[in-house]
Amino acid sequence: MNNGSTGQMVDRTSLDSVVIRFCGDSGDGVQLAGGQFTDTAAHFGNDFATFPDYPAEIRAPRGTTFGVSGFQVQFSSLDIYTPGEAVDAMVAMNPAGFKVNIDDITPGGIVIVNEDEFTKGNLAKCGYVDDYNPLDDEALTTRFTLIRVPMNRLTRESAEGTEEGVKVVDRCRNMFALGIVYWLYDRPLDATVRFLENTFTKGKGKPEIAKLNIDALKAGYFFGETAEFPSQFRIPPAKQSPGTYRRINGNEATVLGLITAAQKAGKEITYASYPITPASNILHGFSKQKNFGIKTFQAEDEISAICAAIGASFAGDIGVTGTSGPGLALKSEALGLAVMFELPLIVVNVQRAGPATGMPTKTEQADLFQALFGRPGESPCIVLAPGDPGDCFDMAIEAVRLAIRHMSPVVLLTDAYIGNGAEPWRVPNVDDIEPIEVSHPTADSYAEGEFMSYARDENTLARPWALPGTPGLEHRMGSLEKDANTGEVSYDPMNHEIMVRARAEKVARAVDTIPDIKIAGAETGDVLVLGWGSTRGTITTVVDSLQKSGRSISSAHLRYLNPMPANLEQVLKGFKTIIIPEINLGQLSMLIRSKFLIDTVSINMIRGRPMSVKELTENIEEVMDR
Amino acid sequence: MISEKTASLPVYKPKDFASDQDVRWCPGCGDYAALTAVRKALASLNHRKEDYVFVSGIGCAARFPYYMSTYGVHSIHGRGLSVATGIKLANPSLQLCVVSGDGDLLSIGGNHTIHTLRRNIDLTILLMNNKIYGLTKGQYSPTSEVGKVTASTPMGSLDFPLNPLALAVSTGCTFIARSIDVDMKGFDAIYKRAMNHRGTSLVEVYQDCNIFNHQAWFYASQKDTRPDNTITLEQGQPLIFGTDRDKGIRMNGCSPEVVKLGEKYTEADLIVHDETNRSLAFMYSQMAYPEFPEPMGVLYCEPNKPTYDSLVHDQMNEAINTQGSGDLQKLLMGNETWTID
Repeated sequence: MNNGSTGQMVDRTSLDSVVIRFCGDSGDGVQLAGGQFTDTAAHFGNDFATFPDYPAEIRAPRGTTFGVSGFQVQFSSLDIYTPGEAVDAMVAMNPAGFKVNIDDITPGGIVIVNEDEFTKGNLAKCGYVDDYNPLDDEALTTRFTLIRVPMNRLTRESAEGTEEGVKVVDRCRNMFALGIVYWLYDRPLDATVRFLENTFTKGKGKPEIAKLNIDALKAGYFFGETAEFPSQFRIPPAKQSPGTYRRINGNEATVLGLITAAQKAGKEITYASYPITPASNILHGFSKQKNFGIKTFQAEDEISAICAAIGASFAGDIGVTGTSGPGLALKSEALGLAVMFELPLIVVNVQRAGPATGMPTKTEQADLFQALFGRPGESPCIVLAPGDPGDCFDMAIEAVRLAIRHMSPVVLLTDAYIGNGAEPWRVPNVDDIEPIEVSHPTADSYAEGEFMSYARDENTLARPWALPGTPGLEHRMGSLEKDANTGEVSYDPMNHEIMVRARAEKVARAVDTIPDIKIAGAETGDVLVLGWGSTRGTITTVVDSLQKSGRSISSAHLRYLNPMPANLEQVLKGFKTIIIPEINLGQLSMLIRSKFLIDTVSINMIRGRPMSVKELTENIEEVMDR
Repeated sequence: MISEKTASLPVYKPKDFASDQDVRWCPGCGDYAALTAVRKALASLNHRKEDYVFVSGIGCAARFPYYMSTYGVHSIHGRGLSVATGIKLANPSLQLCVVSGDGDLLSIGGNHTIHTLRRNIDLTILLMNNKIYGLTKGQYSPTSEVGKVTASTPMGSLDFPLNPLALAVSTGCTFIARSIDVDMKGFDAIYKRAMNHRGTSLVEVYQDCNIFNHQAWFYASQKDTRPDNTITLEQGQPLIFGTDRDKGIRMNGCSPEVVKLGEKYTEADLIVHDETNRSLAFMYSQMAYPEFPEPMGVLYCEPNKPTYDSLVHDQMNEAINTQGSGDLQKLLMGNETWTID
């Protein structure tokens, strides 16, 4: 790498993986700095996983612990599946960030602080009182390498001669900090320089702002050269399979997957939604892609959103609505309506910590039962759950495929962790993606015989998707129970039972085209760790390492929750113990027990955070050593 | 999505719009009149049968779609307008009519009513107002008068009623009208105009529930009461009413006033109906029995306000025109990629 700097001799240490956390006030630009670092790591060829962790408050009072925003990224020369836990290097833009995050630093780790912000007033704001300054506390600072940087002053110096005000200049501090980290990990600046020019010069027509940021970035980088770091670190590129890659988070992947599926089905999408954290950026994502035949509707509430999506499906679009747990609760009656109407409908639930408002920006996977059972009556839906950000793309396509094939609503369960967390994603060739077959009958389809709105396909049990506007197929959809053939209102006792069973059987038949669950590791053994949803990265990491230490352990991940893959029971029976880690109190565990009469060991951590590799390892070892 | 329709329109009769389902409203219900009138009106409107979609929520009136031979959706309580919105967004060439009652549209579905009216989605709402909950057997509704004694309010209801037409004016509704179930001729004219109007049309229909709230509208529906307690609005005409057409409404300062025609006042003193005047529309919405005759007919019409559904499609087309039809591979690539060889 050459940044035009002097060829000063520095120790270079080569590492496999590093975990960095940027933290500060929610207005300090740490998400942006983290995102830029990730992009640069990606260009360099590292594998990575990110974990943005931000407060629900948009701008909490400055300097308070509850206003702390964090962005963690693990980047590696190996395959990694999580953003990591023990933090190797932290950048704290203020004392509150320092206080909230310092316990996660690995012993001997690097802590870079903006010492200008460690004023008496700021220290007091986050609870450091009586003249205590943690930077002067040897008991604390000897545990790691502390680099004190007067970032306010140095950023201002980097902007000497500017006509912009000090407020504007101070907002470049995140780039100064990023510059230091770039030096520390021997990274090129060009991707970020290009980003700043694109954003400010081309995007906003403010070249002077671009220059201030670039100057701060470079000043930070040169500061790194002169600071007394113990070493510079180098993380070689990872071995990745050939292809074109991009950074993607789960919500982006969900949008792209749904658009891809609609294109493959020759359909337009109506996306109707009410803003809710952490699902809102799905609405933002769709709103930018109108030229793909996307109509977005920001409804007055969650109920209106799903009902409009149902109406759109009735009229021939792919109706999609997105939400999080509390929103799904509001939609539940209408989701039952979609079950009754037997129309394709996609409901994306980016789960968050509940109940009620809970912790809106924090992750959880406790809506499994809500997705499966949270409606009046016998009301079966297809339920899918991607395991990581990139998988959101694949499962979104699956959701559309199954919704159309079986004329059924599909709930896609993602969560705040994979919804916002990013990883490298190998961009598929669109020609390799299978088309999705759609058929709408016309009167000619019934040249012999009569159109009946609930006559079912004998294989899929789907009813015909006859669209309004089609002459001769006029029919009425009703929320009242319907005659099993004609679709007219029916209170006949046996007809109701036939319909209840038909709706259940139809969803069950989706199993015919869903793939078998795969086992990572031996097909039989002592322990199978069964997971679903966003715990995949943690489980893979843990089981990989336990396998390497010689344990008889395998893992399997459920992406299809209803129906479950046909081979699941057989897979489970190959192991003496089934361990199910979940970020809930054991919902999948209860399902597996009741469905297969197989005992399970439930491991549960419900803290609004991704499951910890360290703790899961310890818990599994404890079970295995019993 | 939108089928080619080059052939000329078939000649329809009202019975062509009747489904084969038995109508199950109580004998004597005001809904029958509306059903008959709607079937008749559709036969003379300029659309094909397959392009109509009747949508409803829950309630007695909400059974309406089952009795039409068009496409129809009987949805869940209060949500008919939301379902209709989605239908119209997906296929704007469909002709939407939402039929539901005062409980469905103003209570449980009140939020959707507000927002549909303000968006100006191209659909017609028939608000069958009987001032009572019929299907749940006779509880008071959001349009019931204070003091209503019902199963749920044996000592009389306490809450003040909602005024649907005032709501329509305040939310920017572009076609506001009122009719009554005994006036088939008036309803026919209003309904046709409402269906032809581009934008949201709200037609309040005074409808008699002869089981739970019989005679609620008798002050406005009977031969001997109607002329004095209602006034039929006609564009450009002075506001005259009464059995002998000897009474009128004039402005006294900023307020309407009932005056006797003849000695002191003549027609020239009266308010002349102007359906493009929103302030007049609000004034009409406040004119209530017994102080005033209640206005019937088209209170307000604003034909040129763009509809939400057309704007959504305009925006989509603009995106296609400026960015080109979506290139999926390019979309998946995003802005920043890197290649591993």
